[in-house]
Order: sequence, then C-alpha cells, then structure tokens
Amino acid sequence: MAFEKRAETKLVEVPSPNKIPERDIGYAPILEVAHLGIDFGGLTAVDDFNIAIGRTEIAGLIGPNGAGKTTVFNLLTKVYEPTRGTIMLDGKSTHGMNTVQVNRAGIARTFQNIRLFDKLTVEDNVRIGLSNHMNYNTFEGVFRLPAYWKEEKKAHERALELLSIFDMQDLANVPAGSLPYGAQRRLEIVRALATEPKLLLLDEPAAGMNPSETADLMENIRKIRDEFQIAVMLIEHDMSLVMNLCEGIAVLNFGKIIAKGTPSEIQNNPEVIEAYLGKQKEG
Amino acid sequence: MKKLTMKKATLQNFTNYGIILLFFLICGPLNDVGGFMTRSLEGQLVPICVYIVMAVSLNLVVGISGELSLGHAGFMSIGAFSGAVVAGVMQNAVQSEPLRLLVAVVVGAILAAVFGFLIGIPVLRLRGDYLAIVTLAFGEIIKNIFNCLYVAYDSNGLQVAFLSSSDIHLEDTGRFLINGPQGATGQDKTATFFAGILLVMFTLVVVQNLIRSRTGRAIMAIRDNRIAAEACGLNATRYKMIAFVIAAALAGAAGALYGQNFAAVTPSKFDFNTSILVLVFVVFGGMGNITGSIVAAALLTVLPELLREFQDYRMLIYAIVLILVMIATNNPLIRGWIEQAAAWVKKLFTKKSTEKEAGNDGI
Repeated sequence: MAFEKRAETKLVEVPSPNKIPERDIGYAPILEVAHLGIDFGGLTAVDDFNIAIGRTEIAGLIGPNGAGKTTVFNLLTKVYEPTRGTIMLDGKSTHGMNTVQVNRAGIARTFQNIRLFDKLTVEDNVRIGLSNHMNYNTFEGVFRLPAYWKEEKKAHERALELLSIFDMQDLANVPAGSLPYGAQRRLEIVRALATEPKLLLLDEPAAGMNPSETADLMENIRKIRDEFQIAVMLIEHDMSLVMNLCEGIAVLNFGKIIAKGTPSEIQNNPEVIEAYLGKQKEG
Repeated sequence: MKKLTMKKATLQNFTNYGIILLFFLICGPLNDVGGFMTRSLEGQLVPICVYIVMAVSLNLVVGISGELSLGHAGFMSIGAFSGAVVAGVMQNAVQSEPLRLLVAVVVGAILAAVFGFLIGIPVLRLRGDYLAIVTLAFGEIIKNIFNCLYVAYDSNGLQVAFLSSSDIHLEDTGRFLINGPQGATGQDKTATFFAGILLVMFTLVVVQNLIRSRTGRAIMAIRDNRIAAEACGLNATRYKMIAFVIAAALAGAAGALYGQNFAAVTPSKFDFNTSILVLVFVVFGGMGNITGSIVAAALLTVLPELLREFQDYRMLIYAIVLILVMIATNNPLIRGWIEQAAAWVKKLFTKKSTEKEAGNDGI
C-alpha cells in the first residue's frame, strides 16, 4: 500500500504571480512564501499558504477568528517548524533556522498577547532589542571597560530616538508592565524595530486602541515604513485601518488563502464577504 | 526623572558595597583587638564571607536567570579540593601565604567554571526543571567522588588514586593532600577575613555590573519571557550558560577560600544540605535581590552560632520559617498586608521628616 502511494508523485500548482507595489518592482520581494503549511496532529492549521511581499510594502493579513493568521506569523518566525513549504527571506531560505536566527536574518515581530519584559524599564526593553547591535562582550560589560560606556551611551541615544517615534521618550524609565495598554503595544513595535528588521510583523497592533489612537498608529506605521524603508505585514481586525493602510491584502479562512488583492478588490470579493458574513440563504 | 532612576540603580549597587565595607570596618578591628568577640564568632568571619559569595552567585542563577540549581555546594567542593591540592603543592615552594591563597582561589574558580560549562551544555538547552534535577545529581556525585579520591604529593610529584590509598607509595617527606573521606588535611590556614571581604567585593562587582550590562538584561529578558526574547534575537541557551558558568566560578572561588580557612575539610561538608542552605539564603533575601542575599547569608550563618543551645531545633525552625516566607511571598492577601504595612511605616517616617523640615523652616 505504502509503495503504491509513493509511486505516484503528487503534482502541485506553482503559486500564481503575486501582486506587489509598483515602486518595489525591480527589487526581489523581501518575503516569498510558497506552499507553507503546518499540521498539529491530524489538524491542518495552515495549508498551501503563498504570498510575496514587496520591499517597502505594507501588507495585511485578515480573516475570521481562528483562521490561522497568528499561526502564519509563528511559522514565519519559526516559533513553529513548518510541516511543508518554503520561506524565502530576502532571497534566502530560512529553512533550518530557529527563532533567533530568523530575527537576525531580518524578521521582527510583535505579539497578539503583549509580551513585554514587564519588570524592566521601557528603555531597557528597547535596549534588549538593540542587544545584538551593541558591540561589547560580557567581560567588557562586567568590568566596565571603555567599550561598555561607549556602546551603552550609543544605545541610550538610539533607544530614545526610537521611542520618540511614538512620543514615548519621557516614559523611558517607567517599568514596561505599568504602561497603559496602548502604550505597551507601541513599545512592542519600538522593541521590534530596534532589532533592525527588513520585515516587521505586527499582530493586531490596534487591538484595544480607541479610534484616535488607531489613526495615530496608522500614521506612525506609514512613517516607520518611509523612514526605515522596510516592509510591514500586519494582522488586524480593525477594517478601517486595514483598508486605509494596507497596499496588498490576503484573506485567510480555515488556514487557506481565499483572496488576495488591493483593498477595493478585497472589499468586493464575494468569497471574502461570505467568509465574514456567511452565505445568503438561497430561495 | 531620568537622572533620579539612574541614581537609584547605582545607589543600590553602592549600598551593597557600603554594607560590606561597614561589615569589614566594624568586624576587622574588633577581631584584631580581641576580647570583644567569642572565639566561635571569630571563626565565623570567613565563612560569612564565603556564604555571602555563595548566596549572591546562586542568586544569579535562581533569581536573575530563573533556573533552579540544587547543587551549588558541588561547585564549592570542586573549588575547595582543587584549591587544597594547589595550595598543598605550593606549600613549601612559595613562601607568600596570600599568593598561595590567590592561586588556590583562581584555580578553584576556573575548575568549577569548567564543570559548570560541562553540566550546562546538555541541560540548559531544555526548558523546565531539568537543571534542578541534574545539579542535584551533580552535587551528590561530586561529593562521592571526593569521598574516594586520594591525592598525595612528594618530591616525585602528584600521585592520584581512586577508592584505595594503598596504591600510593609515598616518600617519608610526602603527604596526603586529599585523603578520601577525611578530605583535605594538614593545611596551612591561609584564608583571612580581609581576603574574604575582597572576594565578596569582587563578587558584587561582577554580579551587579553583569546585571546592568547587555548580557544581564538579556538574561533577565529570557527569564521574563523566553519567546519574546528569542524573537528579539537573544540566544536563550547562550545567556543562561553565561549566568550559570559565572555563578559556578564564583562558587568555586568561595569554596577554595572556605577550604583554606580550615586545617581539614571533609567532602561531606559540601552535601545536599549545604546546597539547600544557600538556596534558603537566596529565598530568604528575595529572588533577584542582592542586598537580601547578603543580609540573609550573614544573619543565618551567625544565628546558629549565637543560639548554640537551640541548635537541636535549628533545622525545625528553618523549615517553619521557610514555609512561612514562601506563603507570605506567594499569597496575594498576605503580600497585600505586608505592602500596606510597609506603606504605613513609610508614611510614618515621611510624616516625621516633613514635620521636622517644617519645624526647621519655622526656625
């Protein structure tokens, strides 16, 4: 039986060419994912996930609850090892890398359930993001040699600079755990940015924010993209944010992409409407 | 505001240096003059320093790195016996006692660090309580190895035998440096209170500066949220290893100093009870609280000596107090009471001081 199964090669379709913003044409996409999938036991959480993201694109990943959006992020950052498929980051496969190596290769992320270092200060949270770009070793740190002072000073200035994106430089010495919810989300973005990513993954950045905070966030995400020239991929349930901010959107339902396109294409796609609102009763 | 908190952290560091300095300035002269301290208390001065180093270094693993280690005394014994061998070999060759002590302490620290590294390789890759189990086993194994290890030294050099001393044929001038269950015997007592204070200071410099460096922040980040730390590009295994090896090295140094404080040290001195004793210091002083570790180690080392007649009940009281402290620190209700009481006391003091200030203004 097993032999018969093996004899027949399964053929799969090559993913259709993805749409990326016109300005990114001529550069290799920052992220190319093909046939990505993962099974948890018998459950296929994500299957045949294909996407390409332009170098400076702001992309959205939407879908109903439980569609597998966060699982996709966990696959991209190797929190889970994919069962199938390839992930190409900046033209290089991330196969065999772990979370740490993927971050160093250029993917930074935030978390749906905020994961800050609560007991440490806001600035220390950012400095942890900067950690791999600080140039002194443990010995120099323990005995406070000149390299320590120089690099810590540099990190301090850089941390305040990054915090100033969200006007948070005055909160630098507050414990991260005591920040209000919205500020914690913003701090996570700053910490992710500190690792100098090429691709920033934001998992529900606007969750728990009021409309004016959301509008500010939208402006700031655009600002980050323009200033750092990086790609952003975000999961979000706030449709006003997604439709106004994202250039390309992918819709996920039951672990599969059911639509890809511009915001207006997505808004008018009957399958997407069905996934969100359900099918109209016939007759 | 920025400067204020910067100062707060440095203030904490210097409070600890100050405590040790004060301890030295008070106990040092008293010790020299004599008559003020009982003999048994005098004999406790070096062990107090040793246990402070043990507690602070274990705090680095348990409090800062968040891994439970139950074999800290194992590293202490490696330091003690390797230090004993080195000091024994140098006994006639090197005249200077401080130099012999220094070499013993350095060798003890290096060997303990090597063992810490070897244990850390398999264990620190895993998540959970594996470190506790393996270090527990390590502590027992190392104790039993030293129990049947014989090292002797004569003009032909070092001779090592396992299980039986009859394999060693010594010249008349030679002697045993490690004699199985009897441990290290016939040592010159080179350890001094001053050396102990220096080692404590060195430990504080290393641990406190480490905490406030890139490496220390990474270690604490991994403790608080491993997934987020890894997503920030921090290699959890590597940083846990750094913390563990540094703690092992400091414990080795403390062990070497401890060994050199006595004419004879037996392997059974460094058993599971000693590991737990040091863990009790850390839990007592508060996880991650360096000042707490110092105070707890000093107090709990001295107390049994002072209350010698109650020594039968010592372990019983330890157990009860330990349970009470655990309950108090883990129960939100009781913690609330303690915080309320602390706030009340604080209020009482600030009220007094503001009254004083107001009074001064009046004058």
